[in-house]
Formats: sequence, C-alpha cells, structure tokens
Amino acid sequence: MSNPSETGNAGTMGQALKEALFAGVIAFGMFLLFVGIETYQDINNALVWRTRWGLLAIFVIVAAVGRFVTVAFIKPHIDRRKLNKAKSGVLEISDKKSFFHKHFLKIALVLLLIYPFLSLMIVGKQGSLKYVDNFGIQILIYVMLAWGLNIVVGLAGLLDLGYVAFYAVGAYSYALLSSYFGFSFWLLLPMSGILAALWGIILGFPVLRLRGDYLAIVTLAFGEIIRLVLINWTDVTKGTFGISGIAKASFFGIWSFDTGATNNFVKAWGLSASSVYYKIFLFYIILALCMLTAYVTIRLRRMPIGRAWEALREDEIACRSLGINTVTTKLTAFAIGAMFGGFAGSFFATRQGFVSPESFVFLESAVILAIVVLGGMGSLTGIAIAAIVMVGGTEVLREMSFLKVVFGPDFTPELYRMLLFGLAMIIVMLFKPRGFVGSREPTAFLKERRAVSGSFTKEGHG
Amino acid sequence: MEYFIQQLINGLTLGSIYGLVAIGYTMVYGIIGMINFAHGDIFMLGGFAALIVFLIVTSFFAGIPIALLLLVMLLVGMILTGLWNWTIERVAYRPLRGSFRLAPLITAIGMSIVLSNFIQVTQGPRNKPIPPLVNDVYHLGAITISLKQLLIVVITAVLLFAFWYIVNKTPLGRAQRATEQDRKMAALLGVDVDRTISITFIMGAALAAVAGGMYLIYYGVASFNDGFIPGVKAFTAAVLGGIGSLPGAVLGGLLIGLIESLWSAYFSIAYKDVATFAILAFVLIFKPTGILGRPEVEKV
Repeated sequence: MSNPSETGNAGTMGQALKEALFAGVIAFGMFLLFVGIETYQDINNALVWRTRWGLLAIFVIVAAVGRFVTVAFIKPHIDRRKLNKAKSGVLEISDKKSFFHKHFLKIALVLLLIYPFLSLMIVGKQGSLKYVDNFGIQILIYVMLAWGLNIVVGLAGLLDLGYVAFYAVGAYSYALLSSYFGFSFWLLLPMSGILAALWGIILGFPVLRLRGDYLAIVTLAFGEIIRLVLINWTDVTKGTFGISGIAKASFFGIWSFDTGATNNFVKAWGLSASSVYYKIFLFYIILALCMLTAYVTIRLRRMPIGRAWEALREDEIACRSLGINTVTTKLTAFAIGAMFGGFAGSFFATRQGFVSPESFVFLESAVILAIVVLGGMGSLTGIAIAAIVMVGGTEVLREMSFLKVVFGPDFTPELYRMLLFGLAMIIVMLFKPRGFVGSREPTAFLKERRAVSGSFTKEGHG
Repeated sequence: MEYFIQQLINGLTLGSIYGLVAIGYTMVYGIIGMINFAHGDIFMLGGFAALIVFLIVTSFFAGIPIALLLLVMLLVGMILTGLWNWTIERVAYRPLRGSFRLAPLITAIGMSIVLSNFIQVTQGPRNKPIPPLVNDVYHLGAITISLKQLLIVVITAVLLFAFWYIVNKTPLGRAQRATEQDRKMAALLGVDVDRTISITFIMGAALAAVAGGMYLIYYGVASFNDGFIPGVKAFTAAVLGGIGSLPGAVLGGLLIGLIESLWSAYFSIAYKDVATFAILAFVLIFKPTGILGRPEVEKV
C-alpha cells in the first residue's frame, strides 16, 4: 500500500494520460454516430445526413480532459482529504450551529410569506407574474407532490413509481366535477383528495404482498393504465384534447377572479385590472396546502401510525413479528400519500384551467421521485431544497436567453432541460446517494435528540 | 381461422423483438438484482445506430446487397450500444453497487431520461422514416408472410442459439452463472466479477441493439421516445417468463407479442398497452416468480 501523498507525481500523470486516452477512444466510439452524424429531412422529406466533426471533437476532448483531471488531480485530492479526516478522528457533525442554521425554517417561512409582495415591489405587476407563477407556484406544486410521495417512499419505504396517477385523479376529479356539475373549488378540493385516497387504497390493496422493485414496477403499470384510460375514454375525458375552461378558484366564495363577475376581486377593491392578484392568491393557496402537508407529516411521524411506517421501512419481517398490522400500515401510507397528490392535482387543474393526459406521463412520476430521493428521503427540508434546485433550475434554464449569444441563435436552452435533469439525478446519486440532507431527526430518543446519518436507515427496502 | 393464424404470425414477430430485449432485463436482474430501467433506451439507441448506418452505407454504396446491408447495420448497432451499456454500467451503476437498493434504480431512471433526451437533442425530435428495406411477401392461401417477418424470427432464433451456447457451454457463461448464484463466492473462487458483470451488460445491449434494428426495419421509423413503451413491454415479458430465467424471457416475449396482436385484433387497439400493463400487474401480484422462475426465498 502506498501513501497517495508519497507516490511519484510522474506515476499519477502517466496513469492519468493513459486513462484520458482510453476515455477519449471510448467517447469517440460512443458519440461517433449519434453526435458526429446528423440526420435530417431534406426538401423532398427524404432522410439525409451530414457530418458534425467539430461537435464530435468537442465531446471527445471533454471526455478525455475530464478523465485526465479526475485521475490526476481530483481523486488524489479526495483520497488525501479522507486520509486526513480518518487520522484526525473528529466527527463531522458538530453541535455548534450558526444563527442561520438554527432559524432556517422560520426564515424560510417568512421569506415565502412575503415573496409575492417582494416580487411585486421589485419587478412590478407584469414582471412578477413570471416570478410568482413560473417560479413560486410551479416549485410549490412540486414541493407538495414530493412531500406527499415522501410519506409513501420516505416514511413507509414503499417505492411508488406511479404517483402521478393520484395527481391525475385529483386533477380530473376537479376538472370533471366542476365542468359537469359546477361545484366550486373549495368543495372539490377535499373531494378530490378523498377520491385520490380511495384510489390509493384500491391500487394499494393488490400490491400489499409485493416489495421493493416489484412494487415499483406494479405502481408504474397502474400509473400508465390510468393515463391510457384517460386518453382512450374519450366520452368522459375528451381524450388527448383534454378538458379546458376549468373554473377558477374563488376567494372562499366572497370574491371571484372571473373578469365578468359582479363580485370581482379587482373591482371590489378598486384595483387596476391584472391577473397577478389571482396568481398571488393561488400562491398562498398552494403555500397553505404545502404547510398542511408538512404539518400532517410531522405530526403523523410522532403518532403510532407514523412510527409503524418507519418501522415497516426498516424491517418488514420484524414489524410483522412485533404485531404491527402491515396491511393497514401500508394502506394508510398509500391513502394519505395519494390524498396529498389529489390535493395537488385539483390545485393544478384550477391553476392551469386545462388538463390533458399529457401532464401525467411517467416522466412526471420520475421527476417527483427524483426530488424525494435527491432531497434525502424522509427529510422535508431536503426535499424542499431539491424541488427548488431541480424545478427552479429547469425554469431558470428557460430564461437563459444570453446563452443564445454564446451558442448561436438556433440554441434553445429548453431542449436541454430534461437532459440536464437526468444528468443531475445521476450525479447527485453518485456523490450523495443519501440526498442533499443526509441526516435524520429521530422522533423517539433517549435523553437527548441527536441527528443520525441517513446511512443508518435503509429506505426502499420494504 | 386465417385471420387468427395471420395474427399469430404478427404476434410471433413482435414477440421475438420483445424477447431479445427481455433477455437484457432478465440477465441484469439475475446477476446484480437491479432493474436496468435504461435498457429500453438502449434498445432505442440500437435502432438509431442502425438508422444512421443505413443512411451512410446506402449513400456511399447505392447497390449494396440487402443481406450485407442488414448485417452491417445490426453489427455496428451491436458494437456501439454494447459500448454505451458498458460505459453506463461503469459510470452510473458500478459505483453504487453495495449502496442502498434504490440508488441504482434512481440512476437507471436518470440514465433513461438522459439517453432519450440525448437522442432528441442530437438527432431532433421528429420521427425518422426510412424507405422499406425488404418488400417481398409470400402468400400461403389467405395468409401472408412477409420476408421481413421471416427474417426477424430467423435472426432471433440464430441469436438465441448463439446466446444459449455462450451462457451454457463456455467458461464465460459459467462465470456468469456463478456470479448470478453467489457473487461473493464466485469472486473467492477466482471469477472476475466486475468483468463478468460488464460483459453481461454488453451482451444484453447487443441483443437489444439487434431488436432495435429489427424494430426499425419492421416499422420503418425511429423516434427518440421509442424506448419507454417497448422497454416496459419487454420488462413485462421478462417478469411473465420469470425474471432471472433466460428461456423464460424468450417465452414471455413471445407470449406478450401474441397477446398484444390478438388483443388488438379481437378487442380494441386503443387499449392494447393497457392489456400489457394489466398482465404485468397481475403476474407480479399473483405469481411474482413468473412461469419459469424460481421462488425467491425470504431471508431474515
């Protein structure tokens, strides 16, 4: 065994060069056809091709240089740091916390509460539409979905790849019931939650016996079945055309946000007409729903059912031998998780004013699951941070028009949205398999509360 | 009756393709116990490789014999997708071996998103049609068999035989089976486990690439999101046959192909994917070991 700091630099460099060359050759092989050749349709609609050697060269050089830097500099550096840490014997978790760290949640909540007004003040009415709607509401919807899924995956350890089905159930419940029967948002919000929870139980029943990967695949199948039914049952759902003109939410029936209504919010308050008020209203609704989800999750974790979930996640067999009813434990997890998905769905429907099966593809499930896992399963703060980074990051990408100057006018950053999302999923998993927040706050403890490393829990085993 | 036999033939053709892809799922699951979610997109990559090779070769050698052209298309596809899957395993799955169970599944889902979007970005989002390669059709009474279908079934049969031979009769296959049974023990007895797993991924990808190439020839069109649905169907095939069992994967593939074509012929074409997904759910719920799988022992 040679100490990394003592090994000759020349040896590392030689090794790095060799590996870089190898990586270059592999990258050349991988990208030769897919990057080096471009296929497109010509005027006669026939498929033709042209070469893109420059782009291919960039890919190969990036691969080679990246590998070189990794082997020559980054890896020795990480090894040295690990060695020093092991030598010093000091644990990473320290008791001293900064002011910001201690009051993080309060600060975040206050910031969220004043966020719409802050953006109104800074960028004005027209400008803040984007910030409140595209960033605020969009991110909060995903936070809520991810927190809902967190109950199923993070707490109960049941890997659900079809969560978007409950989102769809909620959205379609609201869309259909409001357009066929004219019920209001405030009546349908709890109703779509209950309907989604019912579906959670219906779909949960058959999969009770399954564990781990198999459970994941069956939930995926259920999610796809619901989407395909929505597409094909055209009499009710109007198929791929979707349902449009869904009613807006009203201010608890006191003020309406429809422009034609007599009790219009803007008129009643004598404000100048703008859609930003409705967006701010929606922002507070989804914020309240998120807070509800978080509150319920935190409280449930301390109740017998929450403890049963976490026990189930850790070891199902031990759970059963201790007399925990795994059937009700699993079903409640499915039902409550689905209920929050349903709430988010009906909110989504009223916010968009339009639902179609396009919004409920498997990719959405994958994105929500990715947020839960990247944030660190079970950690509400971590999941919220992950949602902000992943969803906000992709929204920021839309705004990056300055990249057009760098890469030419044909460059559309939106195209790279999902590509970067997938890459982020892989990279975060590789470097932080436990997610952004890798520690857990236990609810039951002896003498004092200490955060435990996420590595001590084994989620997803169930 | 003729109609039924016709559907049977169509189903067998489709089933051969699913079977080839299913082998990749079942092998990887058998050897490292993970669902390689990106396998469907590897299949899609194979189709695109065949498409691009087809365009290049036909533009340089216009009168090339069809057999040679097909051979080149499929071979290049096999090599390139093998390279891709090798890299994917090295980069995204191997570092997470021994990590918690969900981690490789998440990277596999991420990889699936990356692969389909990579193709969308580099080759464009539109469907890519190619002119039909083999047009000959044979008539047996009222039944028509196209040369395409015959070709697909024959190529599948040949590949399956070669594959069966590798797994059952060569030292490499022995290493694979040993790794599948007990990875630690195999390593102790001198099997290079990492290498064996890498080769398994390459083999799975090569079979998927052939399936992708044949899918392209059969339907005459390639698209960046062709990976997901056929991928799930092939996975269903693997589960139906009993995941981890190679003959099971082929059997499952054929069954899924038959069910799909008979369902769309006699019930409704709109709900054919629902049928597949429902079968997947039913098999997993009521007989998780599939038709030929071994029962899994619950270890405490």
